[in-house]
Amino acid sequence: MMQELSLNVLDVAENSVRANASLVEITVEEDTAADRLAIVIRDNGKGMTPEQVQTVIDPFYTTRTTRKVGLGVPFFRMAAQLSGGDLTIQSQVGAGTTVTATFGLTNIDRMPLGDMNGTISTLVQCNPHIDWVYTRRRDGREMVMDTRQFREVLGEVPLDSPEVLFFLRDYLQENTAELLAPAAAGEEQ
Amino acid sequence: MKSLAELQALREQMKGRVGIRHDGDSNIRVVVGMATCGIAAGARPVLAAFTDEVAKRGLTHVSVGQTGCIGICQYEPVVEVFEPGKEKTTYVKVTPEMVPAIVSQHIVNGAPVAEYTIGASGAQS
Repeated sequence: MMQELSLNVLDVAENSVRANASLVEITVEEDTAADRLAIVIRDNGKGMTPEQVQTVIDPFYTTRTTRKVGLGVPFFRMAAQLSGGDLTIQSQVGAGTTVTATFGLTNIDRMPLGDMNGTISTLVQCNPHIDWVYTRRRDGREMVMDTRQFREVLGEVPLDSPEVLFFLRDYLQENTAELLAPAAAGEEQ
Repeated sequence: MKSLAELQALREQMKGRVGIRHDGDSNIRVVVGMATCGIAAGARPVLAAFTDEVAKRGLTHVSVGQTGCIGICQYEPVVEVFEPGKEKTTYVKVTPEMVPAIVSQHIVNGAPVAEYTIGASGAQS
């Protein structure tokens, strides 16, 4: 079991990496009026058949060979359901997969979101060949980080050079803090 | 607030320095296990700590990346260090606090930190 939702996102997004996606879009959206938090991970990877979609929510299914359980999606689904939400997967072979998890925003059993910016930085650093779009939205306001825009500006400078990674961290942190102001920056609830 | 204009400025600064990163056979590769088991055990801050430490020391011949589950989930976070011409070193139950010692003693000075390795943990790998 993960301690924060952002770790589930990191884990589930790794499935998109392994599905050979070239673009992964991660959206975290809070709607305070509806008391709802939604996390969407959408990729353009190889996708799954309806039968495979059924099996990924089974903890005893995995494509890996190093151990017998696949807990990424089941953990995420459990976290959603504990807070009164749910997890759905839409997928099409050859087109990609979308994982949508919803949560009761103020539900006492909802895990904290945690360090989403740390998750995004890690995904970009470890998978610089993939494009990442991260959207953080609260009540209609949003901030977006799109590595395609970063690449356009950077030209020949690699996305995973240390200077760029540090810029990315600051970019996420400052723009998230601004979006969430006047709430405190950094660790989120 | 950070803007893409600042990224443009960073690019201008970095122009000409691109290529300084060695991509030769002498590269040392540090990989952190980032499957469900690693992530749940705390791999994300460990990877960030390696990135910070390597950048702080300006080690351009060291790359920091991820790997999947290597099957020793109970010892996560697991970090493997690959040096050309040497045997792989496997560190287990790594915390961010252990990272500066691994970088300075092992990656810079070539002497693995034995007490943090899988051999010292009594594990069968």
